[in-house]
Amino acid sequence: MHDRPLFFTNARLIDPSRHMDTLGSLLIENGSIKASSNALPPLPENAKNWENSEIPENSEIVDCKGMVLSPGIVDMRVFIGEPGAEHRETLASASQAAAAGGVTTIACMPDTEPVIDDVALVDFLLRRARDTAVVNICPTAAITRGLNGEKMTEFGLMLEAGAVSFTDGRRSITNTQIMRQALIYARNFGALIQHHCEDHYLAHKGTMNEGEIATRLGLSGIPREAESIILARDTNLALLTGSRYHAAQISHALSLELIRRTKKETDMITCGVSINHLTLNELDIGPYRTFFKISPPLRTEEDRCSVVAGVADGTIDVIVSSHDPQHVETKRLPFSEAANGTIGLETLLAAALRLVHNGDVSLLRIMHALSTRPAELLGLRCGTLQVGAPADLILFDLYEPWIFRKTEIISHSKNTPHENKQFQGRVKRTLVAGKTVYAHF
Amino acid sequence: MKSVFSHRHLLGIDALSSSDINIILDLAGKIAEANSEKKRNKKKILQGQTQINLFFEPSTRTQASFELAGKRLGADVMNMSVVTSSIKKGETLLDTAVTLNAMRPELLIVRHPEAGSVHLLAQRIDCRVINAGDGSHEHPTQALLDALTIRRHKGCIAGLTVTICGDIMHSRVARSNILLLNKLNANVRVVAPATLLPPGAERLGVEVYTNMCAGLKGADIIMITRLQHERMKTSFVSSQREYFHYYGLDREKLELAKPDALVLHPGPINRGIEIDSDIADGPQSVIGEQVEMGVAVRMAVLELLAANFPEETQDA
Repeated sequence: MHDRPLFFTNARLIDPSRHMDTLGSLLIENGSIKASSNALPPLPENAKNWENSEIPENSEIVDCKGMVLSPGIVDMRVFIGEPGAEHRETLASASQAAAAGGVTTIACMPDTEPVIDDVALVDFLLRRARDTAVVNICPTAAITRGLNGEKMTEFGLMLEAGAVSFTDGRRSITNTQIMRQALIYARNFGALIQHHCEDHYLAHKGTMNEGEIATRLGLSGIPREAESIILARDTNLALLTGSRYHAAQISHALSLELIRRTKKETDMITCGVSINHLTLNELDIGPYRTFFKISPPLRTEEDRCSVVAGVADGTIDVIVSSHDPQHVETKRLPFSEAANGTIGLETLLAAALRLVHNGDVSLLRIMHALSTRPAELLGLRCGTLQVGAPADLILFDLYEPWIFRKTEIISHSKNTPHENKQFQGRVKRTLVAGKTVYAHF
Repeated sequence: MKSVFSHRHLLGIDALSSSDINIILDLAGKIAEANSEKKRNKKKILQGQTQINLFFEPSTRTQASFELAGKRLGADVMNMSVVTSSIKKGETLLDTAVTLNAMRPELLIVRHPEAGSVHLLAQRIDCRVINAGDGSHEHPTQALLDALTIRRHKGCIAGLTVTICGDIMHSRVARSNILLLNKLNANVRVVAPATLLPPGAERLGVEVYTNMCAGLKGADIIMITRLQHERMKTSFVSSQREYFHYYGLDREKLELAKPDALVLHPGPINRGIEIDSDIADGPQSVIGEQVEMGVAVRMAVLELLAANFPEETQDA
């Protein structure tokens, strides 16, 4: 049974897949997009014929009043506590948070207990998601068994079971030979390898960006090179093997330059950036605020500006939330002992819109990096308003001001860097396969 | 005279203004003179108050100094040494905070191996907190006692050239001293092997030297920091012999400084590693006096923080 057909009109249609930013209307039927056009039938309900397409009698007609209607966000890097740490986050709670933030597809990370490194576990996740989650959940499976960086998992079988790509999550693969083999083996299946770039030896016991601020706080630093050295190794390997490689998160100008150079030689290499590195810098840590402790660490303002420019010019392909729920017992600790990570699903769009309002990145490009591009990389049919695509859509008011209050956080964990922060731009309605999973009026 | 020292805690030099620092040093100077008299009256400023010395790291001199300071002011002093396992340190910290809060002390003196942990504790506890050293971050009373020692000999700190030598990277004493000496307008230099210089050192308001002889030239004050033995095991320094050769304070290097230069060391001293025994015991050394000033400075800090107690009870 499907819901009533939905007809959105008077909407600012943003479709990065066709480079489209226009006022128009869109019809949803049976969970997918039936028609879309820049024609605006007169309201109210007397619009019978619209672009040679019948608007069904029982349609719900939504006057969007110029608000933005775009494909829903596809978040490529989300940590969820299920299975194993359900007190931090479950598929259900993460999906509710996602829906509120305009995220219609979550690619969840394999760093769970047990690790998602087996067909049965991919299958388990998909079944749990079907039963409990309100948005699409796409498992990202481990590259190596138990994330131990040694023995490869069954890429082919897990892809068939529904895994969308492979990563060792928070871990970086130290052994260059294993990394090479994984890239070659993934090529067999056309699979995408995502990697968190960090040289363990160089990062050592570092807890924040190396430099003046770390020195003043008496904290040991992680140099930028801990990231760019592994990234340089990986891009070399990706060129050597001709495989698809995606740097999960880059955080500074050195890595950005490296990606920019490599992209001139190949289109097999892509990269992402977390919303945190686009909107925050190391100064936000202030008096040892552990909610700002993340990996890779927040960098300098210059680095932040350069990754923002990287998003604007397309060097950086995708923006992720890096949603990583942590509980009080892993965060209310001395800074160096606290766990890395912040939640981000609920604030991903709103924080990204800051870049739009600041005039740094166009709305079309932001939605491309949040939705269309990640969908392409993961081989998903969403991320577009083309006819026939699944009706995974968000309707948002680009200008509505609001405050993100702790008491309103939907995630089980409350470790947000944006507590009581002001935003401009709010999700009004989220649809997954044509079904409304979140509405705010 | 009403005190204008309005801080709730002493967590670091960073939060103090130059006038705050001078208030502490002026009071400490008076206390030091009173302390040196043969017949000193025990003060009753902290009578009926409970002071807990909470040390997560082994310490003899700082703990003893705070204990003596509290007792001379009439406080009931309790020492707690918490031996921590390396895995669950943080849990112990907050659990301890809850326990301590229930004991309702007025003053809490904390030393902890992690930077920022004293800030964290101060947020979770109702009493006055004094940082007695948090990781590589700050050790404010050490910097204050160093400043008092210098002031007694040189009259004033502004304009002096102070050279801090040794493990600058890991030293909380160096950080607090750099902050304090800059606030009082001294010229601060640091000398260390490049592996023990913190990244961004040149942006802390200091001149950076890797050549000790160059860094000592014309110095009024030489501060030697302690080299932790474990640094030898990792790849910060190759050997004691090489370290002493280039960075140990010996007669020859001392002669490069001004003839009346003072030598300070926070102790405990590694004789023959960072400083020659002859110099540590020689006429230019004020290491013994530093210990004496330590008690005076800590008494002054306790007294100033205690001065706001009654107002606080009203607030609560």
